[in-house]
Amino acid sequence: MKSIKELEAIREKALKEIAVRDNENKTRIVVGMATCGIAAGARQVMNAFVEELNKRNIHSVNVTMTGCVGVCRFEPIAEVIETNGEKTTYVKLDAEKARRIVAEHIVNGRPVFEFTIGAAEK
Amino acid sequence: MRDLSLHILDIAQNAIGAKADRIAISLTAEGRPAVLKVVISDNGRGMEPDFLERVTDPFTTSRKTRPVGLGIPLLKQSAELAGGVFSIKSVVNEGTEISATFPVDSVDRVPAGNIADTLLMMIASHPEIGWEIRFASESQQFEFSLDDVKKALKGVSITNKHVQEWIQNTLSEGFRSVFGGVLDEVNQRA
Repeated sequence: MKSIKELEAIREKALKEIAVRDNENKTRIVVGMATCGIAAGARQVMNAFVEELNKRNIHSVNVTMTGCVGVCRFEPIAEVIETNGEKTTYVKLDAEKARRIVAEHIVNGRPVFEFTIGAAEK
Repeated sequence: MRDLSLHILDIAQNAIGAKADRIAISLTAEGRPAVLKVVISDNGRGMEPDFLERVTDPFTTSRKTRPVGLGIPLLKQSAELAGGVFSIKSVVNEGTEISATFPVDSVDRVPAGNIADTLLMMIASHPEIGWEIRFASESQQFEFSLDDVKKALKGVSITNKHVQEWIQNTLSEGFRSVFGGVLDEVNQRA
């Protein structure tokens, strides 16, 4: 079984990388993770965000979870909150859509309009 | 809920909402025939006795967005459908403890699901909470305390990619070594 001693090596590795990167202000992706979100598949969506960001070696984004956003019929929901405070709410997500949001919104800076709550409410 | 890990995620959200700074999650398999017991306890704000009495009713909730709360009733239903027992204790300002049992061999038992990934997700989203994870079967035990990890890291963040990778590996190895051969869905090979 793994031991807590291994953490010492990991700590040093992490410290080296932190020294290279500046502690920038981070973009946040917040996934709704209440009963409604979880039942609709929010866990897979959050996993997809984390995996896609890791795959692309993007460290400037924090993925976290929150409770019920209040529009359960649109779950799974995620909000992308940029460093300038700009917020985009994406609805009815799945893993594939999450990966596209990383590619188009996070990497290329173009929100995916068709997945937004604005598009869904039309 | 499709699996146990999602139930745990859901109930832990309640604990986070109740402003807990310590959340303990334990999964133990004991007895013959084996029964899997899940206990989620927190030191959050707890519930008033009259709220506690109504809390397994789907139309009881503390949320303000709508009058339905399904997290606890769904876990209770999952346990009871498999022939298990659900129980909840709560004291105002002290915390809440929820437990559910699942006879391991029941065909109606929800599978464990991806426990390690789900736990990591919760830990990474709320690293400020002192998470304590325990897995135990009759022959194996595994314990994980986020406070110990924090101490060993001496200031390096829990949200660091390498640290998260280590936590994920540690939890999934621990889960496999404890429940491999106990729960059918867990593959024992590392």
